[in-house]
Amino acid sequence: MIEDGALSVSWQTSAIINTIQQTATIKSFFFRLAEPFSYTAGQHVDVRLTAPNGYVAMRSYSIASSPSDTGIIELAIERLSDGEVSPFFHDVAAVGDEIELRGPLGGHFLWPERATAPVLLIGAGSGLAPLMAMIRQRRALAQSVATALLLSARTKSDVLFAEELFKTEAADPHFHLALAITRDCPERSTDFDRRIDSAMVADVVGRLPAQPGDVFICGSNGFVNIAADGALAAGLQAGAVRTERYGG
Amino acid sequence: MVTRGFTGKGTGSDFSDRIPPGQHQVDHFPVLTAGPTPRVEPSDWKFTVKVGPRPVKVWSWAEFNALPQTKMTRDIHCVTSWSKLNTAWEGVLIDDILADAGLGSPTDFMLAHSYDGYSTNVPLADLASGKAMVALKYEGQPLPRDHGGPARLLVPHLYFWKSAKWVNALQFTERDEPGFWELRGYHIYGDPWREQRYTND
Repeated sequence: MIEDGALSVSWQTSAIINTIQQTATIKSFFFRLAEPFSYTAGQHVDVRLTAPNGYVAMRSYSIASSPSDTGIIELAIERLSDGEVSPFFHDVAAVGDEIELRGPLGGHFLWPERATAPVLLIGAGSGLAPLMAMIRQRRALAQSVATALLLSARTKSDVLFAEELFKTEAADPHFHLALAITRDCPERSTDFDRRIDSAMVADVVGRLPAQPGDVFICGSNGFVNIAADGALAAGLQAGAVRTERYGG
Repeated sequence: MVTRGFTGKGTGSDFSDRIPPGQHQVDHFPVLTAGPTPRVEPSDWKFTVKVGPRPVKVWSWAEFNALPQTKMTRDIHCVTSWSKLNTAWEGVLIDDILADAGLGSPTDFMLAHSYDGYSTNVPLADLASGKAMVALKYEGQPLPRDHGGPARLLVPHLYFWKSAKWVNALQFTERDEPGFWELRGYHIYGDPWREQRYTND
Protein backbone atom coordinates (compact mmCIF):
# COMPACT_ATOMS: atom_id res chain seq x y z
CA MET A 1 0.00 0.00 0.00
CA ILE A 2 1.28 3.44 -0.83
CA GLU A 3 0.01 6.01 1.57
CA ASP A 4 -1.63 9.11 0.22
CA GLY A 5 1.19 11.56 -0.36
CA ALA A 6 -1.05 14.51 0.47
CA LEU A 7 -1.76 13.45 4.03
CA SER A 8 0.37 13.22 7.09
CA VAL A 9 -0.56 10.88 9.90
CA SER A 10 -1.44 13.11 12.83
CA TRP A 11 -1.26 12.50 16.56
CA GLN A 12 -4.48 11.97 18.42
CA THR A 13 -5.49 11.39 22.01
CA SER A 14 -7.13 8.07 22.70
CA ALA A 15 -8.59 6.71 25.92
CA ILE A 16 -7.80 3.30 27.36
CA ILE A 17 -11.23 1.67 27.70
CA ASN A 18 -10.18 -1.82 28.78
CA THR A 19 -7.17 -3.92 29.68
CA ILE A 20 -6.72 -7.70 29.76
CA GLN A 21 -3.76 -9.53 31.30
CA GLN A 22 -3.21 -12.09 28.53
CA THR A 23 -0.17 -13.96 29.84
CA ALA A 24 2.31 -13.43 32.67
CA THR A 25 4.13 -10.80 30.62
CA ILE A 26 1.69 -9.65 27.93
CA LYS A 27 -1.23 -7.31 28.57
CA SER A 28 -3.76 -6.06 26.04
CA PHE A 29 -4.81 -2.43 26.00
CA PHE A 30 -7.92 -1.32 24.15
CA PHE A 31 -7.95 2.28 22.94
CA ARG A 32 -10.96 4.24 21.74
CA LEU A 33 -9.67 6.43 18.91
CA ALA A 34 -10.81 10.05 18.95
CA GLU A 35 -10.38 10.01 15.18
CA PRO A 36 -10.98 6.45 13.93
CA PHE A 37 -8.88 5.33 10.98
CA SER A 38 -9.05 2.40 8.63
CA TYR A 39 -6.01 0.18 8.40
CA THR A 40 -4.69 -3.08 7.04
CA ALA A 41 -3.82 -5.96 9.34
CA GLY A 42 -0.08 -5.87 10.05
CA GLN A 43 0.17 -2.10 10.44
CA HIS A 44 1.33 -0.38 13.61
CA VAL A 45 0.81 2.78 15.62
CA ASP A 46 3.37 5.00 17.28
CA VAL A 47 2.64 5.75 20.93
CA ARG A 48 4.02 8.88 22.59
CA LEU A 49 4.37 9.41 26.35
CA THR A 50 5.26 12.80 27.80
CA ALA A 51 6.77 13.36 31.26
CA PRO A 52 6.07 16.51 33.29
CA ASN A 53 9.55 17.81 32.44
CA GLY A 54 8.77 17.58 28.72
CA TYR A 55 10.72 14.38 28.10
CA VAL A 56 9.03 12.35 25.36
CA ALA A 57 9.31 8.59 24.82
CA MET A 58 7.99 7.04 21.63
CA ARG A 59 7.53 3.40 20.65
CA SER A 60 5.87 1.50 17.82
CA TYR A 61 3.30 -1.23 18.56
CA SER A 62 1.59 -3.48 16.05
CA ILE A 63 -2.18 -3.38 16.07
CA ALA A 64 -3.56 -6.76 17.18
CA SER A 65 -7.23 -6.09 16.49
CA SER A 66 -9.06 -6.67 13.26
CA PRO A 67 -9.58 -3.54 11.15
CA SER A 68 -13.29 -4.31 11.13
CA ASP A 69 -13.51 -3.27 14.77
CA THR A 70 -13.77 0.39 13.84
CA GLY A 71 -12.90 2.97 16.39
CA ILE A 72 -11.22 0.67 18.90
CA ILE A 73 -7.76 -0.80 18.55
CA GLU A 74 -6.03 -3.42 20.65
CA LEU A 75 -2.31 -3.36 21.42
CA ALA A 76 -0.75 -6.41 23.09
CA ILE A 77 2.21 -5.04 25.01
CA GLU A 78 4.92 -7.28 26.47
CA ARG A 79 6.53 -6.07 29.67
CA LEU A 80 10.26 -5.69 29.15
CA SER A 81 11.86 -5.51 32.59
CA ASP A 82 14.53 -3.05 31.49
CA GLY A 83 12.10 -1.08 29.34
CA GLU A 84 10.83 2.41 29.75
CA VAL A 85 7.45 2.42 28.01
CA SER A 86 6.20 -1.15 28.50
CA PRO A 87 6.61 -1.04 32.33
CA PHE A 88 4.61 2.20 32.31
CA PHE A 89 1.77 0.47 30.49
CA HIS A 90 1.86 -2.60 32.73
CA ASP A 91 2.37 -0.89 36.08
CA VAL A 92 0.80 2.56 35.74
CA ALA A 93 -1.60 2.94 32.80
CA ALA A 94 -5.26 2.31 33.67
CA VAL A 95 -8.69 2.47 32.14
CA GLY A 96 -9.64 6.08 31.55
CA ASP A 97 -6.09 7.28 30.90
CA GLU A 98 -5.54 9.25 27.73
CA ILE A 99 -2.60 8.28 25.54
CA GLU A 100 -1.25 10.00 22.44
CA LEU A 101 -0.85 7.80 19.38
CA ARG A 102 -0.87 8.03 15.63
CA GLY A 103 -1.46 5.60 12.81
CA PRO A 104 -1.91 3.57 10.81
CA LEU A 105 1.79 3.29 9.92
CA GLY A 106 3.88 0.87 7.88
CA GLY A 107 3.29 -0.16 4.31
CA HIS A 108 5.08 -3.50 3.95
CA PHE A 109 4.02 -6.05 6.57
CA LEU A 110 0.42 -6.12 5.28
CA TRP A 111 -2.15 -8.89 5.09
CA PRO A 112 -2.83 -9.67 1.39
CA GLU A 113 -6.60 -9.32 1.24
CA ARG A 114 -6.75 -10.79 -2.25
CA ALA A 115 -4.41 -13.71 -1.59
CA THR A 116 -5.31 -17.00 -3.24
CA ALA A 117 -2.05 -18.85 -2.57
CA PRO A 118 -1.64 -20.11 1.02
CA VAL A 119 -0.20 -17.83 3.66
CA LEU A 120 2.35 -18.86 6.31
CA LEU A 121 2.54 -16.89 9.56
CA ILE A 122 5.42 -17.42 12.01
CA GLY A 123 5.67 -15.60 15.31
CA ALA A 124 7.11 -15.71 18.80
CA GLY A 125 5.69 -14.24 22.00
CA SER A 126 4.14 -10.82 21.48
CA GLY A 127 5.31 -11.06 17.86
CA LEU A 128 1.93 -12.70 17.37
CA ALA A 129 0.21 -9.29 17.57
CA PRO A 130 0.34 -8.26 13.88
CA LEU A 131 -0.24 -11.88 12.82
CA MET A 132 -3.33 -12.02 15.06
CA ALA A 133 -4.67 -8.93 13.31
CA MET A 134 -4.23 -10.85 10.04
CA ILE A 135 -5.99 -13.94 11.37
CA ARG A 136 -8.82 -11.78 12.67
CA GLN A 137 -9.10 -9.86 9.42
CA ARG A 138 -9.14 -13.09 7.43
CA ARG A 139 -11.97 -14.31 9.65
CA ALA A 140 -13.87 -11.02 9.48
CA LEU A 141 -13.69 -11.10 5.69
CA ALA A 142 -14.70 -14.80 5.66
CA GLN A 143 -11.60 -15.59 3.60
CA SER A 144 -10.89 -19.25 2.99
CA VAL A 145 -7.27 -18.86 1.84
CA ALA A 146 -5.31 -21.65 3.51
CA THR A 147 -3.31 -20.17 6.37
CA ALA A 148 -0.89 -21.74 8.83
CA LEU A 149 0.40 -20.18 12.02
CA LEU A 150 3.61 -21.47 13.60
CA LEU A 151 3.81 -19.85 17.02
CA SER A 152 6.65 -20.19 19.49
CA ALA A 153 6.19 -19.71 23.24
CA ARG A 154 8.06 -20.81 26.35
CA THR A 155 5.15 -22.66 27.94
CA LYS A 156 1.48 -23.27 27.15
CA SER A 157 0.49 -20.46 29.47
CA ASP A 158 2.71 -18.07 27.53
CA VAL A 159 0.69 -18.55 24.33
CA LEU A 160 -0.96 -15.23 23.56
CA PHE A 161 -4.62 -15.42 22.43
CA ALA A 162 -4.50 -19.22 22.95
CA GLU A 163 -8.23 -19.73 23.37
CA GLU A 164 -9.11 -17.70 20.30
CA LEU A 165 -6.51 -19.54 18.22
CA PHE A 166 -7.82 -22.96 19.28
CA LYS A 167 -11.38 -21.89 18.48
CA THR A 168 -10.37 -20.57 15.08
CA GLU A 169 -8.57 -23.80 14.30
CA ALA A 170 -11.57 -25.89 15.38
CA ALA A 171 -14.01 -23.83 13.32
CA ASP A 172 -11.96 -23.39 10.15
CA PRO A 173 -10.56 -26.37 8.19
CA HIS A 174 -8.35 -24.00 6.20
CA PHE A 175 -6.57 -22.63 9.28
CA HIS A 176 -3.69 -24.67 10.69
CA LEU A 177 -2.11 -23.99 14.08
CA ALA A 178 1.24 -25.37 15.21
CA LEU A 179 2.76 -24.39 18.54
CA ALA A 180 6.45 -24.65 19.31
CA ILE A 181 6.61 -24.96 23.09
CA THR A 182 10.22 -24.54 24.13
CA ARG A 183 10.19 -25.20 27.90
CA ASP A 184 7.19 -27.41 28.41
CA CYS A 185 5.51 -30.46 26.89
CA PRO A 186 2.94 -29.75 24.20
CA GLU A 187 -0.41 -31.53 24.60
CA ARG A 188 -1.31 -31.73 20.94
CA SER A 189 0.37 -34.09 18.50
CA THR A 190 0.44 -31.30 15.91
CA ASP A 191 2.67 -29.17 18.14
CA PHE A 192 6.44 -29.21 18.68
CA ASP A 193 8.46 -29.43 21.88
CA ARG A 194 11.52 -27.52 20.76
CA ARG A 195 12.75 -24.18 19.50
CA ILE A 196 12.04 -23.29 15.90
CA ASP A 197 14.26 -24.80 13.20
CA SER A 198 14.18 -25.37 9.45
CA ALA A 199 12.68 -28.86 9.74
CA MET A 200 9.80 -27.43 11.74
CA VAL A 201 9.12 -24.72 9.14
CA ALA A 202 9.21 -27.35 6.37
CA ASP A 203 6.79 -29.53 8.35
CA VAL A 204 4.29 -26.68 8.71
CA VAL A 205 4.67 -25.67 5.05
CA GLY A 206 3.79 -29.27 4.22
CA ARG A 207 0.47 -28.96 6.04
CA LEU A 208 -0.66 -26.36 3.49
CA PRO A 209 -2.23 -27.50 0.20
CA ALA A 210 0.39 -25.62 -1.86
CA GLN A 211 3.55 -23.57 -1.39
CA PRO A 212 2.75 -20.32 0.45
CA GLY A 213 2.70 -17.18 -1.67
CA ASP A 214 3.20 -14.93 1.34
CA VAL A 215 5.15 -15.50 4.55
CA PHE A 216 5.00 -13.13 7.52
CA ILE A 217 7.49 -13.55 10.37
CA CYS A 218 7.55 -11.48 13.57
CA GLY A 219 9.74 -11.84 16.64
CA SER A 220 13.26 -11.19 17.89
CA ASN A 221 16.01 -10.90 15.30
CA GLY A 222 17.47 -14.32 16.13
CA PHE A 223 14.07 -15.99 15.88
CA VAL A 224 13.23 -14.22 12.62
CA ASN A 225 16.56 -15.21 11.04
CA ILE A 226 15.99 -18.90 11.85
CA ALA A 227 12.39 -18.78 10.62
CA ALA A 228 13.28 -16.91 7.42
CA ASP A 229 16.19 -19.26 6.66
CA GLY A 230 13.78 -22.15 7.24
CA ALA A 231 11.30 -20.68 4.79
CA LEU A 232 14.02 -20.28 2.16
CA ALA A 233 15.25 -23.84 2.79
CA ALA A 234 11.67 -25.02 2.23
CA GLY A 235 11.89 -23.57 -1.25
CA LEU A 236 10.03 -20.30 -0.74
CA GLN A 237 11.13 -17.18 -2.59
CA ALA A 238 12.98 -14.51 -0.57
CA GLY A 239 10.67 -11.88 -2.05
CA ALA A 240 7.67 -13.65 -0.52
CA VAL A 241 9.08 -13.44 3.00
CA ARG A 242 8.26 -10.32 5.00
CA THR A 243 9.76 -9.84 8.43
CA GLU A 244 9.33 -7.63 11.46
CA ARG A 245 11.96 -7.67 14.16
CA TYR A 246 11.69 -6.17 17.62
CA GLY A 247 13.58 -2.92 17.73
CA GLY A 248 15.45 -1.33 20.61
CA MET B 1 0.11 16.56 26.66
CA VAL B 2 1.62 15.19 29.87
CA THR B 3 0.88 11.48 30.29
CA ARG B 4 -0.48 10.68 33.75
CA GLY B 5 2.07 8.84 35.84
CA PHE B 6 4.85 8.81 33.24
CA THR B 7 8.22 10.11 34.37
CA GLY B 8 10.57 8.36 31.97
CA LYS B 9 13.50 6.28 33.08
CA GLY B 10 15.75 9.27 33.25
CA THR B 11 18.68 8.36 31.08
CA GLY B 12 21.17 9.95 33.43
CA SER B 13 22.96 10.66 30.20
CA ASP B 14 25.19 13.65 29.67
CA PHE B 15 24.51 13.30 25.98
CA SER B 16 20.86 14.34 25.84
CA ASP B 17 21.79 17.11 23.41
CA ARG B 18 22.86 14.39 20.99
CA ILE B 19 19.54 12.52 21.12
CA PRO B 20 17.00 13.89 18.60
CA PRO B 21 13.37 14.44 19.66
CA GLY B 22 11.35 11.25 20.20
CA GLN B 23 14.51 9.10 20.30
CA HIS B 24 16.00 7.15 23.20
CA GLN B 25 19.56 5.98 23.69
CA VAL B 26 20.43 2.29 23.49
CA ASP B 27 23.71 0.50 24.14
CA HIS B 28 23.00 -2.60 22.06
CA PHE B 29 22.59 -2.57 18.28
CA PRO B 30 19.05 -3.58 17.26
CA VAL B 31 18.51 -5.26 13.89
CA LEU B 32 15.53 -4.31 11.73
CA THR B 33 15.10 -5.74 8.25
CA ALA B 34 12.03 -6.12 6.03
CA GLY B 35 12.91 -9.60 4.72
CA PRO B 36 15.32 -12.52 5.06
CA THR B 37 18.95 -11.67 5.81
CA PRO B 38 20.90 -12.08 2.55
CA ARG B 39 24.05 -14.19 2.39
CA VAL B 40 26.65 -12.50 0.21
CA GLU B 41 30.17 -13.89 0.04
CA PRO B 42 32.95 -11.35 -0.58
CA SER B 43 34.11 -13.53 -3.50
CA ASP B 44 30.74 -12.96 -5.20
CA TRP B 45 30.38 -9.35 -4.10
CA LYS B 46 30.35 -6.58 -6.69
CA PHE B 47 29.65 -2.89 -6.43
CA THR B 48 28.39 -0.78 -9.34
CA VAL B 49 28.02 2.95 -9.90
CA LYS B 50 25.49 3.90 -12.55
CA VAL B 51 24.30 7.07 -14.21
CA GLY B 52 20.67 6.33 -14.93
CA PRO B 53 20.60 2.86 -16.48
CA ARG B 54 24.26 3.03 -17.59
CA PRO B 55 26.89 1.26 -15.45
CA VAL B 56 29.97 3.46 -15.21
CA LYS B 57 32.22 1.28 -13.07
CA VAL B 58 32.08 -2.10 -11.34
CA TRP B 59 34.40 -3.10 -8.49
CA SER B 60 35.17 -6.54 -7.10
CA TRP B 61 35.64 -6.99 -3.35
CA ALA B 62 39.44 -6.79 -3.72
CA GLU B 63 39.27 -3.73 -5.97
CA PHE B 64 36.85 -1.98 -3.64
CA ASN B 65 39.03 -2.72 -0.61
CA ALA B 66 41.98 -1.18 -2.46
CA LEU B 67 40.21 2.19 -2.53
CA PRO B 68 41.18 4.72 0.21
CA GLN B 69 39.76 3.58 3.56
CA THR B 70 38.36 6.16 5.96
CA LYS B 71 37.31 5.88 9.61
CA MET B 72 34.20 7.62 10.88
CA THR B 73 32.67 7.62 14.39
CA ARG B 74 29.10 8.91 14.47
CA ASP B 75 25.80 8.82 16.35
CA ILE B 76 23.06 6.90 14.51
CA HIS B 77 19.29 7.24 14.77
CA CYS B 78 16.70 4.64 13.77
CA VAL B 79 13.15 5.73 12.91
CA THR B 80 11.83 3.07 15.33
CA SER B 81 13.12 5.48 18.02
CA TRP B 82 16.48 4.14 19.15
CA SER B 83 19.70 6.11 18.90
CA LYS B 84 23.18 4.73 19.40
CA LEU B 85 26.11 7.02 20.11
CA ASN B 86 29.75 6.81 18.99
CA THR B 87 29.42 3.98 16.48
CA ALA B 88 32.77 3.40 14.78
CA TRP B 89 32.88 2.56 11.09
CA GLU B 90 35.49 2.13 8.39
CA GLY B 91 34.97 2.08 4.67
CA VAL B 92 35.16 4.05 1.45
CA LEU B 93 33.83 7.60 1.28
CA ILE B 94 31.29 8.20 -1.48
CA ASP B 95 33.63 10.99 -2.66
CA ASP B 96 36.40 8.43 -3.19
CA ILE B 97 34.06 6.01 -4.99
CA LEU B 98 32.91 8.70 -7.41
CA ALA B 99 36.46 9.95 -7.94
CA ASP B 100 37.61 6.42 -8.80
CA ALA B 101 34.72 6.17 -11.26
CA GLY B 102 35.80 9.47 -12.80
CA LEU B 103 32.45 11.04 -11.98
CA GLY B 104 31.64 14.52 -10.75
CA SER B 105 28.00 15.21 -10.11
CA PRO B 106 26.04 14.19 -13.20
CA THR B 107 22.74 14.70 -11.29
CA ASP B 108 21.76 15.87 -7.80
CA PHE B 109 20.13 12.63 -6.62
CA MET B 110 21.12 9.05 -5.97
CA LEU B 111 19.38 5.77 -5.32
CA ALA B 112 21.21 3.11 -3.34
CA HIS B 113 20.41 -0.50 -4.29
CA SER B 114 20.95 -3.66 -2.28
CA TYR B 115 21.34 -7.39 -2.82
CA ASP B 116 17.89 -8.07 -1.35
CA GLY B 117 16.10 -5.71 -3.74
CA TYR B 118 15.98 -2.89 -1.19
CA SER B 119 16.53 0.67 -2.34
CA THR B 120 16.63 4.12 -0.76
CA ASN B 121 17.10 7.62 -2.13
CA VAL B 122 19.60 10.18 -0.84
CA PRO B 123 20.48 13.55 -2.38
CA LEU B 124 24.08 13.72 -3.62
CA ALA B 125 24.70 16.64 -1.24
CA ASP B 126 24.08 14.25 1.69
CA LEU B 127 26.48 11.63 0.35
CA ALA B 128 29.39 13.81 -0.80
CA SER B 129 31.83 16.06 1.10
CA GLY B 130 32.80 13.32 3.54
CA LYS B 131 29.26 12.88 4.88
CA ALA B 132 28.72 9.26 3.89
CA MET B 133 30.55 6.05 3.04
CA VAL B 134 30.13 2.47 2.01
CA ALA B 135 31.12 0.85 5.31
CA LEU B 136 33.10 -2.42 5.34
CA LYS B 137 33.94 -2.59 9.05
CA TYR B 138 32.11 -1.90 12.30
CA GLU B 139 34.06 -1.44 15.54
CA GLY B 140 37.20 -2.65 13.81
CA GLN B 141 35.71 -5.94 12.60
CA PRO B 142 34.29 -7.02 9.24
CA LEU B 143 30.67 -5.85 9.10
CA PRO B 144 28.41 -8.65 10.44
CA ARG B 145 25.80 -10.02 8.04
CA ASP B 146 22.95 -8.91 10.34
CA HIS B 147 24.17 -5.33 10.07
CA GLY B 148 24.55 -5.38 6.30
CA GLY B 149 27.82 -7.19 5.73
CA PRO B 150 29.87 -7.41 3.63
CA ALA B 151 29.08 -3.74 2.94
CA ARG B 152 26.42 -1.19 3.80
CA LEU B 153 25.78 2.43 3.05
CA LEU B 154 26.38 4.74 6.02
CA VAL B 155 24.57 8.10 6.00
CA PRO B 156 24.67 8.78 9.74
CA HIS B 157 22.93 12.17 9.76
CA LEU B 158 19.69 10.73 8.32
CA TYR B 159 17.37 8.10 9.84
CA PHE B 160 19.10 4.77 9.55
CA TRP B 161 16.82 3.22 6.91
CA LYS B 162 18.79 5.44 4.50
CA SER B 163 21.96 3.50 5.40
CA ALA B 164 21.09 0.60 3.10
CA LYS B 165 22.39 -2.80 4.23
CA TRP B 166 23.95 -5.24 1.71
CA VAL B 167 24.42 -2.32 -0.69
CA ASN B 168 25.62 -3.22 -4.19
CA ALA B 169 25.00 -0.12 -6.31
CA LEU B 170 24.70 3.63 -6.29
CA GLN B 171 22.73 5.11 -9.16
CA PHE B 172 22.49 8.74 -10.20
CA THR B 173 18.88 9.67 -10.99
CA GLU B 174 17.47 12.76 -12.71
CA ARG B 175 14.86 13.27 -10.02
CA ASP B 176 14.59 12.39 -6.33
CA GLU B 177 13.05 8.93 -6.77
CA PRO B 178 11.53 7.34 -3.67
CA GLY B 179 13.01 3.97 -2.63
CA PHE B 180 11.56 1.00 -0.74
CA TRP B 181 10.40 2.61 2.52
CA GLU B 182 9.86 6.01 0.93
CA LEU B 183 7.18 4.31 -1.25
CA ARG B 184 5.69 2.70 1.85
CA GLY B 185 4.82 5.67 3.99
CA TYR B 186 8.23 6.87 5.18
CA HIS B 187 9.67 10.34 4.67
CA ILE B 188 11.41 11.20 1.42
CA TYR B 189 14.42 12.79 3.24
CA GLY B 190 14.43 11.52 6.85
CA ASP B 191 16.18 14.14 9.03
CA PRO B 192 16.03 12.90 12.67
CA TRP B 193 16.45 16.43 14.08
CA ARG B 194 13.26 17.51 12.28
CA GLU B 195 11.53 14.17 13.09
CA GLN B 196 10.89 13.43 9.44
CA ARG B 197 9.70 9.88 10.11
CA TYR B 198 6.69 9.45 7.87
CA THR B 199 5.45 11.03 4.64
CA ASN B 200 4.85 14.75 5.14
CA ASP B 201 6.12 14.85 8.74
